[in-house]
Amino acid sequence: MSSSEIERQWTTRLRHRVEGKLPPEKLLPDTQPNYVSSWIYVFGVATMSALFVVIATGCILALRGPQWWHGSAYGHFINSLHLWSVEIFFFSMVVHLWGKFAMAAWRGGRALTWMTGVITFLASVATAFTGYVSQSNFDSQWISTQAKDGINATGAGAYFNVLNLGQMLMWHIVLLPLAAVALTALHIVLVRIKGVVPPFEENPVVENAEVTQ
Amino acid sequence: MAFILSFAALIPLDSLGHYIHWGWVEISVANFIIIILMIATFIAAITAPFPGRRRRKENR
Ligand code: HEM
Repeated sequence: MSSSEIERQWTTRLRHRVEGKLPPEKLLPDTQPNYVSSWIYVFGVATMSALFVVIATGCILALRGPQWWHGSAYGHFINSLHLWSVEIFFFSMVVHLWGKFAMAAWRGGRALTWMTGVITFLASVATAFTGYVSQSNFDSQWISTQAKDGINATGAGAYFNVLNLGQMLMWHIVLLPLAAVALTALHIVLVRIKGVVPPFEENPVVENAEVTQ
Repeated sequence: MAFILSFAALIPLDSLGHYIHWGWVEISVANFIIIILMIATFIAAITAPFPGRRRRKENR
């Protein structure tokens, strides 16, 4: 194969692109700027860690099934770990997004980072709601019968039937977690590509500013 | 097990939930507390000193 042919391969082109945009020292940097040493930067990682526990405990629940998580002490314990890590997940996500809002962290070409955050938030809310109707207890029966009227009124009920436990469970344990994890991965890769957003300047120089009187 | 159940007894789950009614705003006490805690955490996160952070003067 000639070297020009090799250069044209999609694998070669993809590798060059990734190497250019995200070299290993940018993916896992040794140091961060001074302004990053603030508690507000801890909440992105706290959200990520909580998500890890959510997925891990969810996998254990999937292995053993509803009779186990409702009927045994160990099952209750893992079920509670799953619920409470979700609580921490949303709590830290909200503090994280308030922090990023206050910093206007979408500045400097970081709009996609912000938007992937927004969509992850929405996907996570949907995951939580389908989780409530997947409990397989009186609580989930109550919630789904309450939710069905609202959803049917929008017409979405034909495709998304909250009374269909099988469908809700599949959304909760397959489709939405896949989306949430994939979006989180993309979100973090984008943060690493762009680097942490610098703070506002104390005395910003406004370019091309003209004083009109 | 008895130990765990004694914890559960601390929170009466058989009674109705408590709600705050404030004009057209209606929110459960539990959700309200969570929001207050999130605001408190946010304020603490931007004001509390971060361990190991060097002062500005030392940096120069
Ligand atoms: C699954 C949920 C989420 C996870 C795991 C997550 C994780 C992270 C992490 C680890 C960082 C880098 C460290 C930091 O600055 O805290 C980050 C940065 C960022 N996040 Fe999130 N995040 C999530 C949701 C959100 C949401 C809901 C928003 C806003 C709507 C958001 C907006 C941002 C922005 C704009 C940055 C870039 C900050 C910068 O460049 O300095 N994230 N995220």
